[in-house]
Amino acid sequence: MSLPIKFRPILLIFIFGAVAIALTSGVLGYQASLIPASRLIKPDELVKILQSPKSEKPLMIQVGSHVLYTQAHIPGSEYIGPASSETGLQSLRKRVESLPRSKFIVLYCGCCPWSHCPNVKPADDALHAMGFTNVKILYIADNFGADWVEKGYPVGKGD
Amino acid sequence: MRGKGIAEQSLAPDFSLPDLTGQKLDLSSYRGKVVLLDFWATWCDACRDEIPHFVELQNKYGGQGLQIIGVSMDDGPEPVRDFYQRFKMNYPVVMGNAKTGELYGGVLGLPIAFLIGRDGRISAKRIGATDISVFEKEIKDALQSAAASSYPGS
Repeated sequence: MSLPIKFRPILLIFIFGAVAIALTSGVLGYQASLIPASRLIKPDELVKILQSPKSEKPLMIQVGSHVLYTQAHIPGSEYIGPASSETGLQSLRKRVESLPRSKFIVLYCGCCPWSHCPNVKPADDALHAMGFTNVKILYIADNFGADWVEKGYPVGKGD
Repeated sequence: MRGKGIAEQSLAPDFSLPDLTGQKLDLSSYRGKVVLLDFWATWCDACRDEIPHFVELQNKYGGQGLQIIGVSMDDGPEPVRDFYQRFKMNYPVVMGNAKTGELYGGVLGLPIAFLIGRDGRISAKRIGATDISVFEKEIKDALQSAAASSYPGS
């Protein structure tokens, strides 16, 4: 059954309004919960890879806040800036643009509880759009302190 | 949830940090008040959700001795200034840094809030999104406890 023509503008306004509200409230595009489980890697899995001499070591990129990175980060990982900002995304794209698209890359943030993290989803989307095929996102349930530092996993400090 | 790191009942580490106008704010100058120290950032959804409630709490309990202080963990003050105006924040916000985070046991996730009694001791620590009713109860308890301790005979 088709909608009468006179109601179609109202429907369009409603749809645009709903999308605008969703975008501004972060419902679409920014929620880490929307990342498929197949793209996630758990902290203990990453630690095993880092500690295994035979495993291919990933390029690890922290896409959150510099203040948090300076306090604690995964040794060997690079700070790139919050991917929720265009500046951070540009830095991320620039860092990886010359790499082979099969490069093993791990993105992580840990600023906030997983469902509230504004950074990992845009970062994952950016690499996906660039054609990277071997990207994993570190699943940090609560925050980097609780799910990495307090677990006793390796920690680096400073810039 | 309550978190690990700095212990409750320990003295809140002092700091001197620039506010959004560049003026230094010393935590020690608020001794005698009940202080809610909120580590947050403009890009943190859960933090943003709490701000309007903190504005309400400051309005409601400021006259009884509550002082909320925000410690922004943003990388620079520009987005914080915009946010401060937009959300009509009514309490001071200072720019935090890694050293401040480490003083408080590592601020490795946001938001994190510390409630500090009039004696300068930490009475509660809350990590992650916390229902505002929890904060309000703890603030009321701290204000009443402080008031009672002023009158030993009561």
